[in-house]
Amino acid sequence: MSDTDATGRISTSSPVTPPAPTATPPDGMRRIRMPQRLRNLEFWLLLMACFINASAIVLVQLGALGRIDTQLVLLGAGLSVLVFGLHIVMRFVARDADPFLLPIATVLNGLGIAQIYRIDIAFGDSGWESASVRQIAWSAIAIIAAIGTMLLIRNHRVLFRYTYLSGLIAIVLLLLPLVPGLGQEINGARVWISFGSFATFQPGEIAKIALAVFFAGYLVRNRDSLSMVGTKFLGMRFPRARDLGPLLIVWALSMAVIVFQRDLGTALLYFGLFLVMLYVATSRLSWVVLGLSLFLAGALIASQTLDYVHARFENWLVPFSDARYDADPGGSYQLVQGLFGLANGGLIGTGWGRGSPDITPVPQSDYIIASLGEELGLAGLFAIFALYVLLVARGFRIGFAGQDDFGKLLGVGLAFVVALQVFIVVGGVTRVIPLTGLTTPFLAAGGSSLIANWIIVALLLRLSDTVRNHPRLVIDG
Amino acid sequence: MNRELKRVSIVALLMFAALFVSTTIIQYFSAESLAADPRNSRTLYASYSVERGPILVDGTPVALSQPSDDDYKFLRVYPNGPLYAAVTGYIPVNGEATGLESSLNDYLSGQASSQFFDKINRLISGQDPMGASVDIAIDPVAQQAAWDALGDYQGAVVVTEPATGRILAMVTKPTFDPNTLVSHNTEEVQVTYEGLLADPGKPLFNRATGGDMNPPGSVFKLVVTAAALESGRYTPESTFPNPGTLTLPGTDSVVINSGGGTCGDGSTVTLATALRLSCNIPFAELGMELGDDAIREQAEKFGFNHEFEIPTATEPSVYPRGLDEPQTALSAFGQYTVRATPLQMAVVSAAIANGGIVMNPNLVDGITAPDFAPLQEFEPSEFGRAISEDTARTMTEMMTNGVEDGAASNARIDGVSVAGKTGTAENGEDDPYTLWFTGFAPADNPQYAITVLVEDGGGLGQEGYGNLIAAPIAKQVLEAVLNK
Repeated sequence: MSDTDATGRISTSSPVTPPAPTATPPDGMRRIRMPQRLRNLEFWLLLMACFINASAIVLVQLGALGRIDTQLVLLGAGLSVLVFGLHIVMRFVARDADPFLLPIATVLNGLGIAQIYRIDIAFGDSGWESASVRQIAWSAIAIIAAIGTMLLIRNHRVLFRYTYLSGLIAIVLLLLPLVPGLGQEINGARVWISFGSFATFQPGEIAKIALAVFFAGYLVRNRDSLSMVGTKFLGMRFPRARDLGPLLIVWALSMAVIVFQRDLGTALLYFGLFLVMLYVATSRLSWVVLGLSLFLAGALIASQTLDYVHARFENWLVPFSDARYDADPGGSYQLVQGLFGLANGGLIGTGWGRGSPDITPVPQSDYIIASLGEELGLAGLFAIFALYVLLVARGFRIGFAGQDDFGKLLGVGLAFVVALQVFIVVGGVTRVIPLTGLTTPFLAAGGSSLIANWIIVALLLRLSDTVRNHPRLVIDG
Repeated sequence: MNRELKRVSIVALLMFAALFVSTTIIQYFSAESLAADPRNSRTLYASYSVERGPILVDGTPVALSQPSDDDYKFLRVYPNGPLYAAVTGYIPVNGEATGLESSLNDYLSGQASSQFFDKINRLISGQDPMGASVDIAIDPVAQQAAWDALGDYQGAVVVTEPATGRILAMVTKPTFDPNTLVSHNTEEVQVTYEGLLADPGKPLFNRATGGDMNPPGSVFKLVVTAAALESGRYTPESTFPNPGTLTLPGTDSVVINSGGGTCGDGSTVTLATALRLSCNIPFAELGMELGDDAIREQAEKFGFNHEFEIPTATEPSVYPRGLDEPQTALSAFGQYTVRATPLQMAVVSAAIANGGIVMNPNLVDGITAPDFAPLQEFEPSEFGRAISEDTARTMTEMMTNGVEDGAASNARIDGVSVAGKTGTAENGEDDPYTLWFTGFAPADNPQYAITVLVEDGGGLGQEGYGNLIAAPIAKQVLEAVLNK
């Protein structure tokens, strides 16, 4: 494999990272550039996305209620105003950002709201009690957070300065749920903090962004000592003991999450993110091999010693056995019902309001993909997966085309964390891997997840703007 | 860095590829098997959203769907619930269906593949989907007579048409009202269901086709007699030693004839007399001479060890394997671990009545689509030949003698010759007997084959016997259907 990337534009062998562009080019420069071609494309895509979302809500109402209720459509329209707000902000502060990211995130967010709304109808929830209204409120907060991120971080290199602070923030966020009085255990996992009866929040979701920033910064600083030095063993170069430190720390952190917060999925997510970023930064496959074996060993020991991990594995391997199906709590009832739901959907789905996704426990959060699969069918799921693939691909593109190592690494990290999260949760629902509790990005009900993912989108937009901003590189939109 | 990036993007792509594959497997390739899982309540909901077809007896519904105002859209109603419970079964909103409601669910709910075009047609023309209606073979006169005659006894009555295998009556008691199990109030249904499960009378059992299976006792002597005659080595006049007791070889077990003493007078007894008076000792002797393999072969020709589908699945009656000599002796008069359902014994009688040919027992006459197009006709089908016509004729004669001048005398009907055989089977040393009657009428032109089972000694413990309790029930049912 050559050292050039897929498009052959950049050579990694160039050791000097070009200096990052200044936060905003002088006004004179902006005027000579092409009219906002990318933003105009984004505008039309966004219009389409909002149309799809409005249709989705109307379809849910026709399917499940048999009439149209304008209240929720209006609430949804409020969200459209906000995403167009983000779009307008970008016309000023990130005019060369990727035009696909925002429409994709908007459609996924909207489809999620429609499906959550459909479940609310099945449960008979309405008003502030209903998950869909709360999801719309959280979406509003999340998009505002994204706008804030856009405005606050004019240049991603700023984040490089806060490498260690990010690391600290990540660890504090992770530990928050363990603080007595603040932490709350829901469905056996202690990953939540509660603010009275108002809301619960999953700080781990935000922590993944802080971790990505920390990993990117740390690896860029230390990649040389990590990748160059080491002893060769069995044809692979293994790191020195003292360089092993960070790997072991992150591994221990992940294991602690499994043991103390009973959250396999999050642990897998963090560790996967770390391994990928480590590999991209150091190009040492040995690290990945070592890390994976460490994680597998840890998971294996956990599956033998921790009852809840053992149950997850059993549910995965033999979900249809009566013993697993009837086991309560921790049986395979949910998994099997999710599979029944997906099967009920078949190729083209039952149509919104025509399936029975509400039979499956938590159909609007962990199991939203099964709900969508039941009512929109395999065709609908393929479309959703395709949207994710596109979103992730745009992120990787930043990695390929980025100008500085920190930006490249951060872009890849953020894109990969979205991909990995989709894989862990959907793979769990569809029996590719053992089921763990994670939210499906943008789709699942839950404020923390929405905020985190919209901030990721904002960061990716910011990164992509820097990439395109660079005069040397003109990428077709 | 870009080489690594490329590899990582391939990994990400592979992760998504795995999801594309896994969802395809679930939603396309295994969708059907997942839908068939009995725990899949979605399949049930789907079957509720259509107007389920009725089950008809002579054009009168015994199960039908009526519109309801709740989520399920239709409520299943059984107009004569307890009387037909053993036939129709029930389809609860939150559990597994039973009976024809289960075995013909595809047709009743309109999901059968033969209804595919009808379904499309209705979709295009904007009509609501509807299931097919099922005509069943049950004769309402026979069913009511069987219900009345069985009274409060714990047991079952099965009446079939020998020439076709059509089941004309199938009653089991104690029973239940299926309406109480299909109510949309699932909590109430659960309470009712648990009550029925806990009931010592086991009302949910279909004793006609299964339940706690009973030893057939002396009615099994028909099968052994058939085996003897078919072997060609015996005739009704073949004789057997006639002692008052028989100690089985190599054991302390002693076989006695019911009522004690010898089987009639004389030092030997003929096969005909032994069957007519239903003596155990000659049959134990005959059984040992035939061997268990010959008896099993004959029993299986009659349908033992075979699961008849009527089309509801039934429990196979059992003639065990690998018996030693004393066990074979006991099995020859329907004891040891021989087990039979009334349906199986009705099949035996019907085969004798039908010149030796076993017809597959069957509850259903035909299935009609909502547009009145016949979807499936149920033609009588042969299970096979169990005995020769000669043997059948001989056995009819022997069974007629048994009613006219033998152990089954209480089944006698003035002006009609009845062929029959009673049974009084032992369960445990002190347990109540199981009482049987099986036979057919008229003997010279068989129209009806009937089997009566009364469990729990008919309430008389070890005082009841087949001719006392089971034979009069059969007589009452036969009279009702013959006088139609």
